[in-house]
Amino acid sequence: MIYFNNVSKKYPKDSPALEDINLTISAGEFVSLVGHSGAGKTTLIKLILAEESPTEGNVFFESTDIHSLSAKELTKLRRRIGVVFQDFKLLSNKTAYENIAFAMEASGKTDEEIKSDVPHVLDLVDLGDKIFNFPHQLSGGERQRLAIARAIINQPELIIADEPTGNLDPINTYEVVQILKKINDLGTTIILTTHNRGVIESVGKRVISLDKGRIVRDDKDGKYVI
Amino acid sequence: MFWVDVKRIMRSGITSFKRNGIVSIAAVLITTITLSVIAGLIFLNAILNSSLADIRDKVDVTIYFTSTAQESTILDLKTSLQKLPEVLAIDYVTREQALATFKERHQNDYVTLQALEEIGDNPLGASLNVKAKETSQYETVVKFLEGDSSAVKAASASIDKINYYQNKAVIDRLSVLASGAERLGFILSFIMVAISIMITFTTVRLAIFIAREEIGIMRLVGAGNRYIRGPFMMEGIIYGIAASMITMLIFYPFTYWMGNHLADFFGMNLFAYYKSNFFQIFAIVLGSGIVIGVISSWIAISRYLRK
Repeated sequence: MIYFNNVSKKYPKDSPALEDINLTISAGEFVSLVGHSGAGKTTLIKLILAEESPTEGNVFFESTDIHSLSAKELTKLRRRIGVVFQDFKLLSNKTAYENIAFAMEASGKTDEEIKSDVPHVLDLVDLGDKIFNFPHQLSGGERQRLAIARAIINQPELIIADEPTGNLDPINTYEVVQILKKINDLGTTIILTTHNRGVIESVGKRVISLDKGRIVRDDKDGKYVI
Repeated sequence: MFWVDVKRIMRSGITSFKRNGIVSIAAVLITTITLSVIAGLIFLNAILNSSLADIRDKVDVTIYFTSTAQESTILDLKTSLQKLPEVLAIDYVTREQALATFKERHQNDYVTLQALEEIGDNPLGASLNVKAKETSQYETVVKFLEGDSSAVKAASASIDKINYYQNKAVIDRLSVLASGAERLGFILSFIMVAISIMITFTTVRLAIFIAREEIGIMRLVGAGNRYIRGPFMMEGIIYGIAASMITMLIFYPFTYWMGNHLADFFGMNLFAYYKSNFFQIFAIVLGSGIVIGVISSWIAISRYLRK
């Protein structure tokens, strides 16, 4: 589903953020990316989302070279990917309901679909009673669950979760991981980056370790070894 | 789908206008200042035009006839003057009318009235008051009077004097002043409007700068450029509508006061002008407000929408 072909990314005046990455992620996989800060995890994710372009090499989503797409095609591609971030990236002046409705509106869903699906997905992440709260009225765990609800609402083929548990306490971390596992069980591919050893071990799936911009390990039932 | 999008964009724009509170108020107030400058210029232009029309109206050429001039000679001259394309109107003042006006003007001046009584006969001559369409055309009228057409020839013996030459310097200066004032007004308006548009543009840019992170998030969840841009444009439209209504409200008491106190000074009643031209002024102010709001938003958001 995702292919990195000899990808390098260099920022001006800095040492390379990624070097010579060759990587294949198949549909339905749950892949954890681990590594220290600055190892290149976030850069790798930004390349998939086309927020950054590679200095060398190509990144493919199925058979499409992501970085050859026009702005319009890119918008369509982004609708096939759900994203969850450490800092949640919710729309602060929209309510929980509106945050999710916005993602549905953006992908062209009808008002009827929005009206029936939004309360349902909010129930799913246990936010049924916080439907009209603004993000600043929610706790960290609730915000992350809202971000996950937004990521899954359009039934994307891929979910990218960049340090989704970084700001959460152990209980909320556990809940978020359980939700991601459930989503993966339903067939959605998941790429998760994390520092958290407990998260990796509770997921128990493929682990790719990055160090100084290079892949140093790729274990099928990996453990956190860095 | 297009109308669904339009409906959603409008709803989203209105909601974020309401939720942005202080930022929205600031943008509306700044736009109000710009629109007030524009409305102020409309009124200034009206005052200028009315003053210039007033001044132009006071300019004329009067042909004074001797007291022995025959009425038929005068009327012949009047008819031939009327044929000139430059002539707007001719007022014929008979000897009797001239005397009546003179008496009325000096009704408290007993010495003059007594002197008039002494003379016994009416010493005043008739006159023709000629108005041209433009101040610059009086020259042509006078040239005609100096020419040798038959009507002029017949009347020349009866003409006492033509006052154009006394007024010429004043007429010339007024013509220059009038066109200068119009040009200055235009340049000043242009500068004022340009400055206020720049201030409004900066404010709207600031409002959008605050939302730049949200714009990034919208892109990440797959919103197209049109869908991201739309609500901001809608907010720009609301700024324009709200500001134009506030501007019209501000000008109501303002022109009311000016109409009551300064009508003589300006030579026109601004409040009457406000009332009789309300819809035109409102249309100009509203149109300018919406155009400024939309263009500012469009330009400000474009820098965040590059791929």
